[in-house]
Amino acid sequence: MLSPLNLLKNIPGGVAQGLIWGIMALGVYITFRLLDVADLTVDGSFATGGAVTVMLITSGTPAPLAVLAAVAAGMLAGLCTGLLHTRFGIPAILSGILTQLALYSINLRIMGMASNRAVSVDRYPLLLSSRYVTPAIISGAAVVLVLVSAMYWYFGTEQGSALRATGSNPNMSRAQGINIDAMKVLGLALSNGVVALAGGLMAQYQGFADINMGRGAIVIGLAAIIIGESVSDSRLLSRWLNFFGKLCFVVLGGVAYYLVVVVVLWLRLNSNDLKLFTAIIVAAFLAIPYLRGRARQGRRRVKGERDA
Amino acid sequence: MLELKKVTKVFNPGTVNERVALKDLSLSLGDGEFVTVIGGNGAGKSTMLNAIAGTWPVDGGSIVIDGEDITSLPEHRRASFIGRVFQDPMMGTAPNMQLEENLALAYRRGQRRGLGWGVTKAEREIYREKLRELGLGLEDRMTAKMGLLSGGQRQAVTLLMASLRRPKLLLLDEHTAALDPATAATVLEISQRIVEENDLTTLMITHNMSDAIKYGNRLIMMDQGSIILDISGEDKKKLTKRDLLMQFAAVAGRQEETDSVLLS
Repeated sequence: MLSPLNLLKNIPGGVAQGLIWGIMALGVYITFRLLDVADLTVDGSFATGGAVTVMLITSGTPAPLAVLAAVAAGMLAGLCTGLLHTRFGIPAILSGILTQLALYSINLRIMGMASNRAVSVDRYPLLLSSRYVTPAIISGAAVVLVLVSAMYWYFGTEQGSALRATGSNPNMSRAQGINIDAMKVLGLALSNGVVALAGGLMAQYQGFADINMGRGAIVIGLAAIIIGESVSDSRLLSRWLNFFGKLCFVVLGGVAYYLVVVVVLWLRLNSNDLKLFTAIIVAAFLAIPYLRGRARQGRRRVKGERDA
Repeated sequence: MLELKKVTKVFNPGTVNERVALKDLSLSLGDGEFVTVIGGNGAGKSTMLNAIAGTWPVDGGSIVIDGEDITSLPEHRRASFIGRVFQDPMMGTAPNMQLEENLALAYRRGQRRGLGWGVTKAEREIYREKLRELGLGLEDRMTAKMGLLSGGQRQAVTLLMASLRRPKLLLLDEHTAALDPATAATVLEISQRIVEENDLTTLMITHNMSDAIKYGNRLIMMDQGSIILDISGEDKKKLTKRDLLMQFAAVAGRQEETDSVLLS
């Protein structure tokens, strides 16, 4: 029997996890939307963030410091991808895959060759935990607020503008004296820093870090971005939203995504099929604007022929 | 101001597609000279401009701007000396960014880009004034996304961007070729004004012989990676389109080329 009460009970937890995936999506947004690079490093750096956080907390480091270290580790991973791409001319997508693969081994080493490591909220003071869902939502929302504000500020600065220009038109950027290789490396590092932050929060929330926790993270990030933008770029809202608002909707996209997951789980659909569902949803959302554009063009052509 | 010494560029060296695009090209530009560049397709005009701008390294020779050897500098470092406008109106601006953001990026060419605001209030006023001078009504659309502007408007803005921070050298690569005739004329007039007001040393490629004669104070013609004609001063003022075609035939020594130049 499907009990609606059960679904209701699981929604707060879904919101908390959705916020964390939303934070990760903000990292993906930096590369995918601002830098115009599909960076697959994130599947690895998300787990790196979790691994570093758990190992440091269990060895006595305060949770906030552990998360900061996770951010640094994530940035290092992004730096590797960036250097592989810009210094050695490896296509961006392949550079990301290479780093991601390497991170699998590195993450195992970080976790002392175990495929998962627990961190109990009973023994260590964590920033958030699934045991206390409401405070977890508040902590998550606070991190979102700080992060979105920081991104809003940074991408309005001279350096942030140069980074956006690099993604928008690399040719023009070079002609205006921007070192686009440096901007790409910087963007990849920042992006993976944010992703590792999300990994660190997720590990605390679920009480363990797992070698596979980042698998498919890039797709979830894209799903969040696309769902968020389908609302924020709608005709009704786009005029009223600035960059700050758009970023908030990306996070809400992550929440919406995870609530769909909660419903799927509630429907007792096989949770092993979840990644298949996610892939289908993302593929559909990516395809819709393209198909819509083609349909519009087709109509215009027909109309043109009639006019002629 | 600009000194090219025996610059050579070979594309696809060692393959069947090997092509010598620039052959021991030497050129010396004085301060404030406005040079128009003509020549048939594949003559090496754009290659010369790209060599100066640093799109790729050259295979031989040296490039000196204002006494500084820039031959081995990467493109983005040369940008502090050079302003550029491309043939494709899409290439000179960032489409997803606002008009004022594009200008602000150009305003910081050659400067350190730190964590100060990307566009400040004070500079907005400068941009508004400069945009008003263009006479295209763009001063009221400063927060519009660049991608929403027309090709002509974009080229005018790119010109502004190229000159906002006074460059030692301005490179115009057939920057009106993709525009309709009326818009092209407007953009050329704007180019002329910007060059004169800022007293810019300029290289302008054009396919239009009349424009090559009308604008600038020196004209060079290129063929097969070399300069085959160089006219300046009084000779340039007296130049007619017919002279140019005859000169071309005489110097190149290949009559049939005349037609291809005429038609191109």
